[in-house]
Amino acid sequence: MDIRRFLFITLIIVVLIGVVVLVGGSQVSPATIIVSMLATTIAVATPLTLGALSGIFCERSGVVNIGIEGMMLASAFFGWFAAIYMNTILGVQPLPSLLTGVVVAILTGGLLGLLHAWLSITFKVDQIIGGTVINLLAVGISGFLNRQLFFEKGSIFGGQVPHAPGVLPRIQIPIIANIPMIGKIFEQQPIAISAIVLVILSHVVLFYTRWGLRTRAVGEHPRAADTVGINVYKMRYWNVIIGGMIAGLAGAYFTLESVPSFEPLMTNGRGFISLAAMIFGNWSPFGAWAAALVFGAAQALQINLQFFRTLIPPQWAFLQQSSIVGLVPYILTMLILTGIIGRTTPPKADGVPYEK
Amino acid sequence: MEAKQGQKNQFLKGRIQNWFTSSWSGLLVPILAVLTAFVVGGIVIAIAGGNPISAYLGLLEGAFGSTKALSETSVWASPYIFAGLAVALAFKGGLFNIGAEGQLALGAVASAWVGYALPGLLGIKLPTIIHLPITVLAGIIAGGIWGAIPGWLKARTGGHEVINTIMMNYIALNMVSYLLNGPMKDPNPLNVIARTPEIAESARFTPIFSGYRMHWGFVLAIIVAILVWFLLWKTTLGFEIRTAGANPDAGKYAGVNVGRTIVLSMTLSGMLAGMAGAIEVTALNYRHELGFSIGYGFDAIAIALLAKSHPLGVILSAILFGAMRNGGTRMQFLTQIPVDVISVIQALILLFVAADAIVRFIFRIKAREERVVLTRGWGG
Repeated sequence: MDIRRFLFITLIIVVLIGVVVLVGGSQVSPATIIVSMLATTIAVATPLTLGALSGIFCERSGVVNIGIEGMMLASAFFGWFAAIYMNTILGVQPLPSLLTGVVVAILTGGLLGLLHAWLSITFKVDQIIGGTVINLLAVGISGFLNRQLFFEKGSIFGGQVPHAPGVLPRIQIPIIANIPMIGKIFEQQPIAISAIVLVILSHVVLFYTRWGLRTRAVGEHPRAADTVGINVYKMRYWNVIIGGMIAGLAGAYFTLESVPSFEPLMTNGRGFISLAAMIFGNWSPFGAWAAALVFGAAQALQINLQFFRTLIPPQWAFLQQSSIVGLVPYILTMLILTGIIGRTTPPKADGVPYEK
Repeated sequence: MEAKQGQKNQFLKGRIQNWFTSSWSGLLVPILAVLTAFVVGGIVIAIAGGNPISAYLGLLEGAFGSTKALSETSVWASPYIFAGLAVALAFKGGLFNIGAEGQLALGAVASAWVGYALPGLLGIKLPTIIHLPITVLAGIIAGGIWGAIPGWLKARTGGHEVINTIMMNYIALNMVSYLLNGPMKDPNPLNVIARTPEIAESARFTPIFSGYRMHWGFVLAIIVAILVWFLLWKTTLGFEIRTAGANPDAGKYAGVNVGRTIVLSMTLSGMLAGMAGAIEVTALNYRHELGFSIGYGFDAIAIALLAKSHPLGVILSAILFGAMRNGGTRMQFLTQIPVDVISVIQALILLFVAADAIVRFIFRIKAREERVVLTRGWGG
């Protein structure tokens, strides 16, 4: 990542945290606010980080995936459903139920990834339209099943929403947990931790393994890759499926880690914002993570301002309006796409179907 | 001489035949896609524990079973035609406008504001012949601006319109939510809903038939669809839009200012979506209410794709989608199958239209090479 973008990211995060310190500093010590802001930032950046990683796997292999939003939404629903089914109908303990939910969410994402691969690689459907199909399908299926399974009389839960088995518990990582401040910041729930682990893992896989080299080859110059004996279709299929599974894990964040409930349309554009994070991070895992943190910080600002809303001085009254502060991530996304904060270079064959 | 005449006749006959077969095969795949989607949708209903046959009978009755049902179907179809045209026009220009949702909502808010506030602001009572056109125009302009911004960003910086229009949707919906809960909220002390006051009498379309909700917006929508068809196929601008959409490089070579055409296509597209919102306010609801227009913009994408972006096809597919939405309520009442299943069927229609290779494979139809190309990297 070039220095200009690194400075931009740092600056934005500092400003966003600074606003909360200015507003709430008189009541709570600045150090506490900073620690809490950073911890919230990492937590709420989780689906964005994972979404961006999902996009990176797809696009590094040459397939554009705007269906990440839908993959997240569908996985959030099916993961949640599986967890509740295990817990209430089969009587399994909460923690194993939740973990089953996570597995189901990942599988749901993988399945939708397979659908996207099938459409865009085998049928060569325009990839933007293929992604849109997945988005609409996810909205329809999750909305329909949510109503049919939970709210209709005579459904398996008898027409009332059953108690969810809670959310995944926080983990204390040995050694890190004992460091002052840092320990508090990284005391996160499992999906948030695994997102960070996956960032490192993806970097290693993409840039230091044979698999990664082949993935990048079919995304940059599929013809050349084909000539040296790499199976372009197979590489693309697997990368899109892996991308789908990562999006599925992001979906699990919404219903199994963040809140113990499902609402229609609850992903709220996070899948699309993560694509902006991927672009801003120049299709590299660490860059995308940094960009995701900016969006996370913008959202953390919104959450923390709600918390301190009585302390907001009257001349800044607009900060009380969550619908105004809530605009920040969306405007940031558009700014990033204009390229004024540094141009990026997508994989050369990104979005181009390969004809043998 | 005679031989020449004969040749000409032969030529004409060939053209008519070509036109006939091509428009038939153009219709065939969408129709089969819809049928396939209903069959798969029926399987989904059956798996979820419902009876697909009674569900579809309820759907049919609710959509076409009575004059009232027909009127309601047209009420649903009107905004769908406008919004569907918006997406279709952008498609023709090689652009994917996912932002119809936001453009429509802002159009509705702008119309509502001009509808209720303008007479008071000017301090005079406006006659309908002036007030109504201005009110509709306000919605068109608001939608146009909201469409022009991502168009300009695309032409100027290459920022992809798909992400930008989606972001503009969220910004629009946040703004509308702020306005309807704050400065534009209906001041009536009994009102607890986020909605604007009612617009003045002078800003309203009169109903066509008393006792039915069918309104002039439906007629207007059909006229506008014909106008869009004329624009696209009978004017220079239309030719430029289609050229820029089909092949921007060739367009540039042929002297089309591609950047300008992109901005124009997106502006026109936004204006059509804004008009959908304006008509909902002036002809149907006489105010704008938060969340009222949710989903129109996304249904419009499916409508435009099903119509293969043909303006006249948009009328048909909008009526189909309107009928499904309208009949869905009756279906839910009769069979307790949630109306949300309609969204599943719509997504399936879209799937089979987009991946027409699947339909062609199932029904063994030969391929006709004509692809929409929207994926052209991200820009930036």
